Amino acid sequence: MNSIVEGKPLSPVTKTRSFTRFLRRWSLQIALTLVGILIWTFFLWRSPITFKSYAIYNSLMLTTPFFALVAIPLTLVIIVKEMDLSFTSVMAWGVAAYSITFRVTQNVWLGFLACLLAGLLAGLLNGLIVVRLGVPSLVATIGTQFLWRGVVLVVTNGQGVGMSEVKSTILYPLLVGKIGPIPMPFIWTIVFGLIAWFFLNRHKFGAHVYLTGDNVESARLMGVNTGRTKILTFALVGLMAAFSGFVVSEQLLFFWPTLGDGYLLNTLASVFLGGTSVFGGTGTIFGTVVAAFIIALINPGIVASGWMAYWTQLIYGFIIVASVALQAVLRRKFS
Amino acid sequence: MDHLLQLKNVSKTFGEVTALHHVNFEVGSNEIVGLLGDNGAGKSTLVKIITGYHPPDSGGEIYWKSKKMDNLSVPMARDMGIEVVYQERALADQQSLWRNIFMGRELSNRWGLLDIGGMTRETQKLMNTAMGFTSSAVSPESSVGTFSGGERQGVAITRALYFEAELIILDEPTMGLSLTETKKCLEFVDGIKAAGKSCIFIDHNIFHVYPVVDRIVVLDRGTIAGMYMKNELSMDELLERLYRVARTGNLEDNGKAA
Repeated sequence: MNSIVEGKPLSPVTKTRSFTRFLRRWSLQIALTLVGILIWTFFLWRSPITFKSYAIYNSLMLTTPFFALVAIPLTLVIIVKEMDLSFTSVMAWGVAAYSITFRVTQNVWLGFLACLLAGLLAGLLNGLIVVRLGVPSLVATIGTQFLWRGVVLVVTNGQGVGMSEVKSTILYPLLVGKIGPIPMPFIWTIVFGLIAWFFLNRHKFGAHVYLTGDNVESARLMGVNTGRTKILTFALVGLMAAFSGFVVSEQLLFFWPTLGDGYLLNTLASVFLGGTSVFGGTGTIFGTVVAAFIIALINPGIVASGWMAYWTQLIYGFIIVASVALQAVLRRKFS
Repeated sequence: MDHLLQLKNVSKTFGEVTALHHVNFEVGSNEIVGLLGDNGAGKSTLVKIITGYHPPDSGGEIYWKSKKMDNLSVPMARDMGIEVVYQERALADQQSLWRNIFMGRELSNRWGLLDIGGMTRETQKLMNTAMGFTSSAVSPESSVGTFSGGERQGVAITRALYFEAELIILDEPTMGLSLTETKKCLEFVDGIKAAGKSCIFIDHNIFHVYPVVDRIVVLDRGTIAGMYMKNELSMDELLERLYRVARTGNLEDNGKAA
């Protein structure tokens, strides 16, 4: 204690030390942001016409949220050292629940509520199967992925459904409208990102998420309800998958039963590129959101640079493998 | 005699394995009990029943200050004033020091919002006092995984101490510690006695246990094999009996067996 009082003249030293500590602590996020800027600069140089126009940024802000909204809660699932592959089908299952409810009640809001509820229940089911029955989450959620896609195909008879009725409610401008030049899905991504950040870093729930993922045995010994924490993270993914599915369908004003199919790869890539470890215990919302936009930038960037779009999948796959491999190497180095 | 903690007829089976078999065990107030026994004797299982981590098989009863505790849970045991320093330290390696100190008992308001400032301040205070960390490289934000074995034990002990326990359980606290770190740990047990609190001290090493305890309980293959007040027998006698129990399952000579 005394040394702190006496150490006043030392403050420039402690200042630089706290600066290096700051750098070390946020090194991953800083590096990721720099990588994003680098990729963007590269595309800007390759294809200045595309990347100097507003249109590309409008479309990025509009479409990135379709998977970023799920990548945010999925980050929590990965931090607790679990996995969820079912969200692609839950996106469609949520909108199917909307569609059925609307057909019966002719009420858009009730339908929207049913959509969120259906997603939440699907997420809870994942959580219960994993936590209460002890099924590895990778296997359990591949199962529920097929299950919910099957349910959607059965209830829709494989047919798409128009959703133009939503246009007459405030839900339409609220979810896919614009504020000035900014599309609403982007704003929702930032809003949910901030909420998730807050709960992860400033709330007991987030503290328990980190502890559960880091060492589930220690957390249980110290009285953390690890089962409930895990179930809650799965429930959040379900809820947000349904929400995201609704936003996508509203944007198209049409519900395809195959909705969500193309989002598995870029959602997972966002979480892993964002620095969330498959080994549990570490990860940030900031990383996931920045990584989602980097991932989203790659596809139009490749096309605008004059390469084949087929490269996209190869690059996404490479990003997942490389970031997971890097995590394994870093983990061995520091433990 | 007034018991702080009393277990009556406690058994615990995991599938086909019986870890504890009709155990009666008690701890008096301001008593230091040494719990000895070989690997697999059931020491850790006994601890985990006392802390509410495992429920005992039906028929077993747990009393705290003569009050029967049903459906004991980890948070309940902690609220009662039972703290444990686990063998494996029960730390989360990638998390910061303050998150480890307050693991499962984060300071928060009634909405669950964390009082991070309060927790880092308390941690800093504990570092300077109880933990004796002097290096400026360590801060409340340092992750525990970078600490040495002794430092990690310091964190685990300090955590138990901070929450003002009435009964502190040390599960093989000297495992993997250096000579000076072990000495510090044993002084800590003396400190518990002086503070008027109770302690269960579990260790393989009777040379660590004998000097600091009031009473010794020997556990063998899930049952209580013997119980001695320290003044009843010398360390050499105790050692001999322990060897015998490891070989034969009997503490005393066949002729004198209880």
